[in-house]
Order: sequence, then structure tokens, then C-alpha cells
Amino acid sequence: MDHKDVLKGNKRAIARAMSLIEDEDPRGLEILRALHRHTGKAHIVGITGAPGVGKSTLVYKLAKALRKRGERVGIVAVDPSSPFTGGALLGDRIRMMEIATDPEVFIRSMGTRGCLGGLARKTYEIVKVLDAWGADTVLVETVGTGQAEVDVVQAVQTCVILLVSGLGDEVQTFKAGIMEIGDIFVVNKADRGGADRLVLEVRAMLELGQAKAKWEPPIIKTIATEQTGVEELVDGMKRHYKVAKETGLLGHKCIERAMLDIEDIVRDRMMAGLLTTEKKELMKELCKKVADKMMDPYEAAERVLCE
Amino acid sequence: MAKGKGSSKAKKKSSKKSTGTAGKAAACPPSLPGGGHRIRVLVAKPGLDGHDRGAKVVARGLRDAGMEVIYTGLRQTPEQIVATAVQEDVDVIGLSCLSGAHMTLFPRIMQLLKEAGADDILVTAGGIVPGEDVPKLKKSGIAIFFGPGTRLDDIVDFIRKNIRRR
Repeated sequence: MDHKDVLKGNKRAIARAMSLIEDEDPRGLEILRALHRHTGKAHIVGITGAPGVGKSTLVYKLAKALRKRGERVGIVAVDPSSPFTGGALLGDRIRMMEIATDPEVFIRSMGTRGCLGGLARKTYEIVKVLDAWGADTVLVETVGTGQAEVDVVQAVQTCVILLVSGLGDEVQTFKAGIMEIGDIFVVNKADRGGADRLVLEVRAMLELGQAKAKWEPPIIKTIATEQTGVEELVDGMKRHYKVAKETGLLGHKCIERAMLDIEDIVRDRMMAGLLTTEKKELMKELCKKVADKMMDPYEAAERVLCE
Repeated sequence: MAKGKGSSKAKKKSSKKSTGTAGKAAACPPSLPGGGHRIRVLVAKPGLDGHDRGAKVVARGLRDAGMEVIYTGLRQTPEQIVATAVQEDVDVIGLSCLSGAHMTLFPRIMQLLKEAGADDILVTAGGIVPGEDVPKLKKSGIAIFFGPGTRLDDIVDFIRKNIRRR
């Protein structure tokens, strides 16, 4: 199995490639390298928001709407891994089973595997595989996020923030972090009380910001379970993609992302080269001393680097 | 691989044997740079069977044993289950059926797996199945049947020993 099977659309090969990449297997790395030049065609959309706001349901409805428009759709759904055992229960897919057998849809679930920014360690790489497979749109569903899990903004081109009413006063909408990364805001479960008020609050927050930005985030009301507002959201996503392309935002982001990628790889390689078995042993010794306050962590690091 | 009621007693020791170099406690998140394979399991409920307590108990137990568990939810067709197993590249499928339709559903799933070129995936089953059906299920390719009262540790051990990682 190699990258050609992925490009040919062999589902089993695509899935296996994803596993190898996620497990950081050298074979996965080879595939990823070969696929790189075949990426860049998909529109990558992130869906983020607190647990239970309806991300999975909305992703499913979006996928259905996109399929109706004749698109090929990739979905990456992230759920948390246990910090204790590393295990995970990946349950986003439950709400998407109706499209599981559609040959033009590929759904992949991921555990965060220790990553804290709302995505898994290799989410961006898995998105690349779906991009290379020929997905027109890739939907990335984050874990249920709080205020600061904003990794998704670096992995996607259009970022959708999903909100529901009843979670706090308007001060919440003014806070830094997740409210800053939205290209589109969605107030889901809009049939519940307080939805209109939340729309106003978000609008007020946005209007206080940059006066003449290239893109003004729309605020869309949806009832995902009933498909209400979903078409409007799809239109909004498409519009954002178009504007981002035309204004150069996308190109700029692409370069930023490439920089991050290079940095990450350099850092990983350096760490791998540095942390030999002896150094790891040394660190194990030193951490006891640091814990017992016999040594400070800077001194310990100095010794690891110099010895 | 679900069991009937009253079979969850085995979950006392959530063994934490993770793939990499993990230390003793949970001080550092178990995403070791350099990765390593994490066992992926699909817990699936085929057919018109609304009982998933056993499946959920097993899913939880496998999660606590450090595996990544994908749960399909209730009332899935064999096609949906096989498509999911392929896309998620699981090492194991745990089928659960308490409705009596296992002799129709399980062999159909095995057949579809073969057609998808995914018959290297380990398939286990559980639920309520008459004793005389078990050999027939095994003949269709199901590796083992976990009936009511099975200990979770035994399921975890069986999976660890029998997956065919490539």
C-alpha cells in the first residue's frame, strides 16, 4: 500500500494511511510526503463549540447538504483521549451513521492523544489525506471546547463557532480566545429561548471590533436537528472561502501554516535526536531531585543539554 | 461482544498498559512523541435490537484499558458497520446482538468484510446466543463469543493477544 492507493480512492488504503500517520509510523510519513503535492484543493471547515451544542449533528447535516450539491465530503471528528489510560470513546459518528455508506463520504474519528488545543495531534495531517483523496470539503469537528482551545484556527480555512443560548451573560462573548477565531457564528438550537438575544450580543461584540475588516462574520441561526438554517450556513461557508481567497487571506494563512509545520518537524526531530536513551535515564534521575527541591528545573535542563 | 445484564463485575482493575514508554502514573499525557499504535475497536449493534447496556459496559471497559473505542449506536445495518470498520481502520469489531437475529446478521457482516478486503479484522461477538449457534458463528469467521458473565479483563486480554497488526 502506498500513496497511489490513496489517490485512487481505495478506502481501506486511505484508512490505513491515516492510522500509520496517527501512530507516527515511518511508513505514514512517507505517504504524507508523497501526498503533500496533491493537497490544497479542498475547502477545510472547522466546527467548534462547547460540549453538547450540536457539533456532530450539524456536521452531519452539513455533509448531507454538501452531498446534495454534488460534493465529495471528508469528516474528521475529534473526541478526548483519557489523560490516565490514553483510551477514548469516539462517539461523534453515532449521529452520522446515515451517511456512513455513502461512497462519496469518508468519516474518521480521532482521539486527542494528549493534545489540549481541541484537536488531535495529527488532525491536520488526516485532513491532508482527505484533501488528497479529492474531498471538495473537509469538515473538522473539534472536541467540545471551552474558551481557549483554538488550535482549529490553524488547521482550517473557515472556522465556524457554534453557540447556544443560556450559557452565560454577554460578557462571555467579549472574552479573548475562542470568540476571536470565528469566521462564522452559528446560534444553534435556535428554537430555544434566548437565541435572538444571543445573536444580538454576538453582533454587538463583533461591531465593537475591527471597523473595516475584509470579512465580517455572519451570525446564522440554526436548528440542526430540523436542518433549519443549514443551507444558509453552507452558503456562508462558501462565501467566506471565496472572500478569503480573493483578499489573499487564504494565501497568507497557508504560508503561516507551512511555517508552523516546518517548526513542528524541526522541533520533533531535534527532540528525538537530543533525547537519547542515556539522556532519558538522566532525566529520570534528575526529576526526583527537582521534585525534592534539591535542584531547580533549569539546572536540570542545563545538565540534560550539556552532558 | 456485549454481555447481558449483570455482567459488569469485571471492571475493577482498569489496566493501563499503553503502547509506548509510559511511566507509572498519569503525570504525562499518554501521547508519546513517536506515537505507537493504539488499539482501535468498533463496538457495533447490528439489527433491530434496542439493548445496548452490555455494549456500553464493554466500550467503557475497553476505553479504560487504553483502547480507542468507536461506538456505532443502535440499529445499524451490516453495511454501515463494515463501512465504519473500514474507514476507522479498526483492529477489532465487537458485535453485540440480543434480539435473536445473530444468525442472519453476523454471517452477513463477515461476508461484507471479506468483500471489502477487510477480513483481517478480528471479529468478536457477544449477547444472547443459544449455545448450539456458537460453533456456527465461529465457522463464519467470528473469533470468539463472549456470553453473559464474561470478565472484562478476559475480553481485553483476548483482544491484545489476537489482533493482527500489520
